Amino acid sequence: MKKSPVVTIVAIGIGAALFFVLGRFVAIPSPVPNTNISTQYGLLAFMAGLFGPVAGLLIALIGHALIDFSYGWGIWWSWVIASGAAGFIMGLAARKLALGGGEFGGKQIVRFNVYQIVAHLVAWVGIAPVLDILIYQEPSDKVFLQGLMAGAANIVTTAVIGTLLCLAYSKTRPKSGSLKKED
Amino acid sequence: MKRPVIEFRDFGFRYAAQAEATLSHIDLTIREGEKVLICGPSGCGKSTLVHCINGLIPGSYEGEITGELTINGQPYQELDVFRLSKTVGTVLQDSDGQFVGLSVGEDIAFALENDRMPLERMYVRVRETAARVGMESFLDHAPHELSGGQKQRVSLAGVMVDDVKILLFDEPLANLDPAAGKSAIELIDEIHRETGDTVVIVEHRLEDVLHRDVDRIVLMAEGRIVADMTPDELLSSSLLKENGIREPLYVTALKYAGVFITPEMRPGRIERLQLTEEDKAQVRAWYQSVPAAVPAAPGEAFLKAEKINFSYSNGKQALYDIDFSIQKGEMMSIVGKNGAGKSTFSKIICGFERPQSGRITLAGRDLSGDSIKERADHIGYVMQNPNQMISKTMIAEEVGLGLALSGKHTPEEISDCVNNTLKICGLYPFRNWPISALSFGQKKRVTVASILAMNPEIVILDEPTAGQDFRHYTDIMEFLSALNEKGITIILITHDMHLMLEYCRRAVVFSEGRRIADDTCEAILTNDAIVQRASLKKTSLSQLAQLCGIPQETEFVRRFIRWDREVRGK
Amino acid sequence: MTNLFNYIQRSSPIHRLTGAAKFACLLLWSLAAMTTFDTRILLPMPIVACILFFLSRIRFREVKVLFWFTFVFMVLNNALIYVFAPEHGVELYGARHVIWSGIGRFTLTQEQLFYHLNVILKYLATIPMVILFISTTQPSEFASSLNRIGVSYKIAYSVSLALRYIPDIQREYRDISTAQQARGLEMADKKQSLVKRLKNAAAMLFPLIISSMDRIELIANAMELRGFGKGKKRTWYSARPFQTADYVCVALCAGLLLLSVGMSVLRHSRYFNPFS
Ligand SMILES: Nc1ncnc2c1ncn2[C@@H]1O[C@H](COP(=O)(O)OP(=O)(O)OP(=O)(O)O)[C@@H](O)[C@H]1O
Ligand SMILES: Nc1ncnc2c1ncn2[C@@H]1O[C@H](COP(=O)(O)OP(=O)(O)OP(=O)(O)O)[C@@H](O)[C@H]1O
Ligand SMILES: [Mg+2]
Ligand SMILES: [Mg+2]
Repeated sequence: MKKSPVVTIVAIGIGAALFFVLGRFVAIPSPVPNTNISTQYGLLAFMAGLFGPVAGLLIALIGHALIDFSYGWGIWWSWVIASGAAGFIMGLAARKLALGGGEFGGKQIVRFNVYQIVAHLVAWVGIAPVLDILIYQEPSDKVFLQGLMAGAANIVTTAVIGTLLCLAYSKTRPKSGSLKKED
Repeated sequence: MKRPVIEFRDFGFRYAAQAEATLSHIDLTIREGEKVLICGPSGCGKSTLVHCINGLIPGSYEGEITGELTINGQPYQELDVFRLSKTVGTVLQDSDGQFVGLSVGEDIAFALENDRMPLERMYVRVRETAARVGMESFLDHAPHELSGGQKQRVSLAGVMVDDVKILLFDEPLANLDPAAGKSAIELIDEIHRETGDTVVIVEHRLEDVLHRDVDRIVLMAEGRIVADMTPDELLSSSLLKENGIREPLYVTALKYAGVFITPEMRPGRIERLQLTEEDKAQVRAWYQSVPAAVPAAPGEAFLKAEKINFSYSNGKQALYDIDFSIQKGEMMSIVGKNGAGKSTFSKIICGFERPQSGRITLAGRDLSGDSIKERADHIGYVMQNPNQMISKTMIAEEVGLGLALSGKHTPEEISDCVNNTLKICGLYPFRNWPISALSFGQKKRVTVASILAMNPEIVILDEPTAGQDFRHYTDIMEFLSALNEKGITIILITHDMHLMLEYCRRAVVFSEGRRIADDTCEAILTNDAIVQRASLKKTSLSQLAQLCGIPQETEFVRRFIRWDREVRGK
Repeated sequence: MTNLFNYIQRSSPIHRLTGAAKFACLLLWSLAAMTTFDTRILLPMPIVACILFFLSRIRFREVKVLFWFTFVFMVLNNALIYVFAPEHGVELYGARHVIWSGIGRFTLTQEQLFYHLNVILKYLATIPMVILFISTTQPSEFASSLNRIGVSYKIAYSVSLALRYIPDIQREYRDISTAQQARGLEMADKKQSLVKRLKNAAAMLFPLIISSMDRIELIANAMELRGFGKGKKRTWYSARPFQTADYVCVALCAGLLLLSVGMSVLRHSRYFNPFS
């Protein structure tokens, strides 16, 4: 798939829609009672890895903001922004991953996960708590612990779901010149 | 002679992913104001050709181009999608993606918005265009509030709205009921007359397109052009048959009757078909010679639905008191308008949706307790939209999924069964391809294969032959009737009247969520009130019968089918 | 579209404001509420919000679900804050008036209560406005509004696309899961092991996501074919011209933001501190 700017725009739109649906309606019960695994970050890492940092940033911003809107609690700015940052950092992996090309082996898997781990740490242990303190003057140990927990959970789900998505997707991209009718 | 607007010279294209070229040695000239029909087997490169004209190739599909292509005298290298979008308007085959606006009005306005047209003028223009396709009263409807036919009209308006000079339609009739298809063709024809635009139509349903005149028919096969002539000439030849495209029925009938067809007879449209008295006598003689058809004998009732009422979560009632029953080993069809409730009814039988009232029994056993999965062990359902069913990425995986999940089979058994089914559906050569590289009709066949592989007792097929060429149509349908011989019960949902006549004894007619008829197919098509109400359509065979002074239309149709099946059987 | 964002058709002065104006106001308003901790500013905001709510002719029961969500969120968050830092207020306000010496570290001080009051006020100031915005603005106006307040139209259009395809994706998710069950996939339920549940969820999610990737290509093509993205600007069928009322509202909200920031800057403190 060639990346014309329009493709990126559509990717942002569809990505945000998927992010919303996964975050709002698709609940996978986790081992911890009545908490759900937030699958949308697996999606985010995958799509950011495919379409790049800007797409990652906007998918997360729009998707997360829409979720907050649909619940009605304003926009919890600090976390929306954190999501965006995560998406952006994940997107930085895109160029080297070249997911469209149909190759996704050990090297890419490692790179993909390094980026997503960094991204989540920066977002949930860095940005989100700091903003919470700045904006809402919340006690620091509270917000940092929250951030840590969220970050850890997201890293795990992203590692599983994101990586599998990349594998599945790269399988659907035929290597160039590879398709011939057999009989 | 008008100036040429589209000129292919020894043109070829290979998708980056493909090993062989999809188009090769294309030489085609289309002149200003012409109306050209492109037909050819599924997967032969029609949509690809269209993409070359509207600039998506090389714009967004990577690949390798050979030869020359000029549009309005400009070589394709100097053009891009944007420049072309001013002169070329395209209605894509896969209508899922076509509707980008949040409402009908917005979608029609889309092109104008991108031209920065001031609002006042935009509103006026949108109204005009909407009125032209008869959608002015739907301007603030959301996409999912429209039926298939209405969506088609919106996408038409969306390209007409800024006055392009070349209009491309990629299978505009797919999924339209006969009446809607008819009016779509008439609409396209009107536009063509009024604006004098150049019109290119890609369509399998040759006979339906020929309901209005076209200047030329371009016949493609395996990425090449095999014929480029007037309808009259083409129909006089045997090229269509050789390339697996269905001829108009009356033409086939005439050929069976031994009438020698020449362009002078104007076979392009039955309305102006010229038959000499000898010809007519010949048809009558043939009719007499074919032995009368014997109606099949009924078995015992098997699947039964009583007083089904259903409305969707948005409160819209889609089904009212539906009674329905089918006998074991029967092959019947459900027909009716777009939006009549056919697909909804099938979803209820399979338990995808739960009716508000009414009960469904299978061999006397009430199904209301059964889960989707439990029902699926007996009933297989091929959905209308392939994109909704396909859940694996590779063709073989997709077709084998049902067997794999059942866990009753060894990998060997599975792969054998998969390969056999793929052969039947003409997909065997593609078995190792990702589904994303298939043409639309090929995708549809994948979904048919994936259900047939599970060999259920009852199969419901929603538009099984939509977007299929005649060869695959025949393969699939003959396989289904073979299954049917073996006692498998089959329900066909279709807009193809001849399909219904050809393979089913009985049909149920839906209209506005009600069952308005349940009778033999012939009886239904001869009942004008029902034909009207359910926007069905008589086949051209009836017209031919009248033309040749044969009063028993339906018997004529029956005998034709009988003969036709025998000939094709060979 | 299916009414996700709870838009409620009425004729009211609030409904009559253009989406762009409402969106701008919402942003300014919530920024004002965020930046300040000055009770004298936070206190009136919920009251004004409620008045506006009344003007919009939206009945409470029509949006009480949303209020419920947020209320729970608010209570939880405050509880957490207290559990983690029962004397947070004391640090902030640099004074300590004990009401009840409590159990262990869990004391109760005027400062802490006052701090919680302010946090709650922040919620009460913004929540009604958000709910007001989403229930009085046509979703199709969101996008053009964003563009109007200076966001590039391409990004604005991605928002529009998101809104357009959310219902489709929901339906597709349902379809895929039913289609999968019809092919013999067990439905996820509590009885199964986590691994199995995850497997099933994946079996539903992946097709959804992968097929969406193909759809992206399709939609992008359809849009390019109709000339999207060629110009620097575009007009919006759904946009409405600004009226005086719109300008007034935006001006007022901007004023509010100025006030809240200005106070903080002048007084070198975001707090109103009754204890010192
Ligand atoms: N994006 C793609 N990448 C690789 N191959 C493709 C792609 N699109 C189509 N093809 C291949 O090109 C061939 C022609 O496809 P095309 O869609 O033009 O067929 P078609 O004549 O339109 O068929 P149908 O009547 O079923 O729509 C098919 O064999 C298909 O597998
Ligand atoms: N998911 C849905 N939510 C709400 N309404 C729906 C839904 N699906 C279908 N409908 C409506 O129910 C009615 C029946 O739809 P259905 O798809 O059964 O028609 P159909 O007979 O299959 O038409 P077609 O021949 O075009 O396939 C239509 O008016 C349609 O708009
Ligand atoms: Mg095609
Ligand atoms: Mg249907």
